[in-house]
Amino acid sequence: MAHVTTMSSAEPTRRDFLYIATASLAGIGAAATLVPLIAQMNPDASTIAAGAPIEVDLSPIADGQVIKVFWRGKPIYINHRTQKQIEEAQNVDVAKLPDPQPDSARVKAGHDQWQVLIAICTHLGCIPIAHQGPYDGYFCPCHGSVYDTSGRIRQGPAPLNLALPPYEFVSDTKIKIG
Amino acid sequence: MASARAIIALAVLLAALSAPARAQMEEPPAPPTNKWSFAGPFGKYDRGQLQRGLKVYREVCQVCHGLKLVAFRTLADPGGPGLTTAQAGAIAAEYQVKGEPDDQGEVKDRPGRLADTFPSPFPNDNAARARYGAVPPDLSVIAKARGYERGFPRWVGDIFTQYQEQGVDYITALLHGYKDTPPAGVKIPPGSFYNEYFPGHTIVMPPPLTDNRVEYTDGAPMTVEQYAKDISAFLMWTAEPHLEARKRIGMQVFIFLIVLSALLYFTKKKVWHAVELHPKELKPRPPSEYPRA
Amino acid sequence: MSGHPTYQPQNGFMKWMERRLPIGGLVYSSFIVYPTPRNLNYWWTFGGILAFMLGVQIVTGVILAMHYTPQVDFAFNSVEKIMRDVNYGWLLRYLHSNGASMFFLAAYIHLFRGMYYGSYKEPREVLWILGVILLLLMIMTGFMGYVLPWGQMSFWAATVITNLFSAIPLVGESIVTWLWGGYAVGNPTLNRFYSLHYLLPFVIAGVVVLHIWALHVAGQNNPTGVEPKTDHDTVAFTPYATIKDSFLMAVFCVLFAWFVFYIPNFLGHPDNYIPANPAVTPMHIVPEWYYLPFYAILRAIPNKLLGVMALGASILILVFLPWLDTSKVRSARYRPLYRQFFWVFVIVCIGLGWLGGKPPEGNYVLLARIFTAYYFAFFLVILPVLGKVEKTKPLPNSILESVLRKGTPLGASAPPPKGVKV
Repeated sequence: MAHVTTMSSAEPTRRDFLYIATASLAGIGAAATLVPLIAQMNPDASTIAAGAPIEVDLSPIADGQVIKVFWRGKPIYINHRTQKQIEEAQNVDVAKLPDPQPDSARVKAGHDQWQVLIAICTHLGCIPIAHQGPYDGYFCPCHGSVYDTSGRIRQGPAPLNLALPPYEFVSDTKIKIG
Repeated sequence: MASARAIIALAVLLAALSAPARAQMEEPPAPPTNKWSFAGPFGKYDRGQLQRGLKVYREVCQVCHGLKLVAFRTLADPGGPGLTTAQAGAIAAEYQVKGEPDDQGEVKDRPGRLADTFPSPFPNDNAARARYGAVPPDLSVIAKARGYERGFPRWVGDIFTQYQEQGVDYITALLHGYKDTPPAGVKIPPGSFYNEYFPGHTIVMPPPLTDNRVEYTDGAPMTVEQYAKDISAFLMWTAEPHLEARKRIGMQVFIFLIVLSALLYFTKKKVWHAVELHPKELKPRPPSEYPRA
Repeated sequence: MSGHPTYQPQNGFMKWMERRLPIGGLVYSSFIVYPTPRNLNYWWTFGGILAFMLGVQIVTGVILAMHYTPQVDFAFNSVEKIMRDVNYGWLLRYLHSNGASMFFLAAYIHLFRGMYYGSYKEPREVLWILGVILLLLMIMTGFMGYVLPWGQMSFWAATVITNLFSAIPLVGESIVTWLWGGYAVGNPTLNRFYSLHYLLPFVIAGVVVLHIWALHVAGQNNPTGVEPKTDHDTVAFTPYATIKDSFLMAVFCVLFAWFVFYIPNFLGHPDNYIPANPAVTPMHIVPEWYYLPFYAILRAIPNKLLGVMALGASILILVFLPWLDTSKVRSARYRPLYRQFFWVFVIVCIGLGWLGGKPPEGNYVLLARIFTAYYFAFFLVILPVLGKVEKTKPLPNSILESVLRKGTPLGASAPPPKGVKV
């Protein structure tokens, strides 16, 4: 090990304090230096601004039509569900689902016909295709996950239901996502 | 050292003699220095001044000059004009920006949003030149893109006084440096104007400011001098929006480094104490590799 | 740096590692127990400072590269995006741009230290030449880095410096076209400069390893120029040299912080905040301050090809310094005549730097020619002659002796320090 040649000085405690103080301050400085180096990789201000909430006008969406919009770089399905699809989504034994969740928890109250989902398969991230699969819901072509008209996982390797983005109805025909 | 001194003296003399050789070229005069609230190690922007400067930009300058690097949301950022997000959003909505292509592939205008930047008055430089005969520069970083020769030894002093305001001093002087009648013997081509501080003295921009041109509601004088200072301060902010954070963090870093240097100095003294006290006596150390003459 | 027999790892893991990849032993022998002359002054700390600055530039540079776009329509705006939007982007950018200046400042001090104390002399010639190679690599790296923000100065400096190669007879124009990747400086040029600017610092790091290796083989020079003879002449690198290096590194950082936080654009040129315009040349094209002396030499010669050759020669002549200097005495401490010429040389270099920033008119041209003449005469005439005719002062017998005499050689009238018997 390194051999520090020192004569015994009158007050070893004072010398040690100096060494400890210097080393501590240098350590604090090194840690503080790391902060900007790591923080710079977080989303920058323009990225955060571009991820601001968006408003979507629902009136052009026909009954049974699904449109895709983007928010924060993620695809969002807005599904104008038919009455048949709504009933199929509600008449389900929730306990038997792989990821149990009633349809009412996946729509806004009084707006059952509007299904707003993040269109990213919870398995490995592909975009499921709308109006596909045995439930007329969504089908992910990558590994065969099947979702129903509520976006809940029914068959296949995906573990969870399709996620919901934060959104709210600013009027009956307009939602704000984000 | 006598011969070396003589040579040095000769060199300095030659240098000094050569300096006046250039002074008579048409270099414009150095603009007067102003007091700026953001100058110096503790400098901060004056919010009111930045808001007045923003008003001057929107009512006078933006007809010709873009600000395309400045996002509307930054108007609400700390260290800036200090608008609320709602106010910044309202200003953004006053502008029309190009939207995304719609379903038919058409690109239509839409009101600006917080995330957008100030739009340029022209789609490109050629359009600007066709209208005015010259391209009005974008003002986003103009306060850093302009300056003037400080000359020796002033630039040495600048290192200590932290003078970084060449740009804004120049812009302020330029904005009220117009003269209705140029000095005798100076010809100004038609369509141009004489400006005392512009290099070459011939500027295509017409005098943009007149007294009472912009209404100030906070009691600041509505004079050309005040407008010039306010718009310059605003342009300093557009060029350096993080100035306040920079100087604040700088002070912390500076103090930290001074304290660390002092501690390291005393540590060094302590470590070397024994060696310096008894140079001939060093405790046995691992064998070295020095079998050298 | 041969395997040091005295590294005895206590830790189980280190024992295991040492048998497989003896990095512990290498660090121990090179940077902990490595014998360092005990009389090194603070001019010797700049090597460590340079290594630190290389680290700073690489770290800040790699991070900036995460946010920069090397395309002519986007480069300038991407740098402004870094300044405005990226978290602490303004800090990283100013660290990198001012860091380049600090890097060159330390390099020049390090170089002049070597010239003053004869650190280039036998057996350190290769060490010195590796240093000149490092300087060349730094110059290339800095030049290409300055082009990347694609401001007016970036573009026109690229145009002027690449055009220098057209001075080469026969193949000059082809070389310039090859460098540009087009018929003028443009997007291909920007892209390849970006690639090389990212690459060269790692080449520099590799040459630094060779540089330190060469240093450790020969051992450090010291202010007396007398090689260590006994163990009393040296101290262990850690903690003695380490703490001195750390102290001056902190002081150096104070200066660095002063520039970065308070006068970040002092060393730059306002014209580089104007986006590059191939149709408009700035009034005065000036490189950054660290290239100004070479720029002055280039412009001092009225002939295009000879000016370019003088520019190259002004750096390459350093390679031959160990052989041009004929003196048997290393350190300028004991060479009173050389010392005077050396200081005039320093003034001349600073003068050339000042002249490089002035327009090439009137008396400035005359002065630049005089200074350029001295610059080359110093290497080609003064040094060879001085070694033969100079009367040097007597050297101390050993480093220890010079330390006991507080650095003055035997024969001087300084009394020994109190209480110490020689």
